Amino acid sequence: MIVRKSPAEIAQMGRAGKIVAETLAELAVLIRPGVTTAELDAAAEEFITSRGGSPTFKGYRGYPASICASPNDMVVHGIPGPYTLADGDILSVDVGVTLGGFVADSAFTFPVGEISAETERLLEVGQAALEAGVDQCRPGRRLSDISHAVQTVTEEAGFSVVRSLVGHGVGRAMHEDPQIPNFGQPGRGPLLAEGMTFAIEPMITAGGPDVVVHDDEWSISTSDGSLAAHFEHTVAITDGEPQILTAAAVLLR
Amino acid sequence: MPVKEEKIEVEGEVVEALPSTMFRIQIDGGHDVLATISGKMRKNYIRILPGDRVKVEVSAYDLTRGRIAYRYR
Repeated sequence: MIVRKSPAEIAQMGRAGKIVAETLAELAVLIRPGVTTAELDAAAEEFITSRGGSPTFKGYRGYPASICASPNDMVVHGIPGPYTLADGDILSVDVGVTLGGFVADSAFTFPVGEISAETERLLEVGQAALEAGVDQCRPGRRLSDISHAVQTVTEEAGFSVVRSLVGHGVGRAMHEDPQIPNFGQPGRGPLLAEGMTFAIEPMITAGGPDVVVHDDEWSISTSDGSLAAHFEHTVAITDGEPQILTAAAVLLR
Repeated sequence: MPVKEEKIEVEGEVVEALPSTMFRIQIDGGHDVLATISGKMRKNYIRILPGDRVKVEVSAYDLTRGRIAYRYR
């Protein structure tokens, strides 16, 4: 059942979302060759708690850190550790913040140092796919309109959409109904309505759509070793334009 | 943090072995599913042959694709 939130609840999610956006902005400054993902995690946790929030991921289903840091061919759920960023890498960072009982979730794939033109194209398309998905978050549309928009933008650019991982409703819990795949026919699924709050998160690859889970039972990488990008926003459906609750105040790079 | 897509568990019989360790399975509902072997089964060298009865995880978003999760005696 898709729980709809009141304007006050959405405002609270917006406050959590602001911390998420600011955390990503803080990390944007820190991400450069030579930095370890563990250092990024420590900085994020420090920042989130200093703003009065708590890192949602820590302890969630046993996840050990405050952020997910997934380099290159890793799609999502990379556990921060000794991995040292290198020039030319891309790093997908996922952040979740709980504030006042509500969760906001956002992710961004950052370039590290100088990246190739084709890698840059992957990042641009990932962001465009997220925008296209968010644009479908309006009353009267159907859930799979979001999925279809993400898939179309991604595949028309020659990239693939990861199938086995999906976006989700978000609110008092990190994962709520509905599941929001990043592919599918339009016009299917529940009718979207004001008050629904979704985490839309396209995960796209430069190769095929298949992924494998590592032995740590968390990190997930592309089967064919191709680069993967992940972009996410928490969005509230209003009677007008979709409201991005995790919007960056500062232009990232 | 993304969530893994919802899986539907079904049982069926392996009809055909295809290249690249893919299998065609007729599930109890009558439909055919194209399935791969799960990583756990590969790791333990569990072989699948036509005629085997198996448990298949089917994607909620594509009911014709799945993953063999268990082989019954």
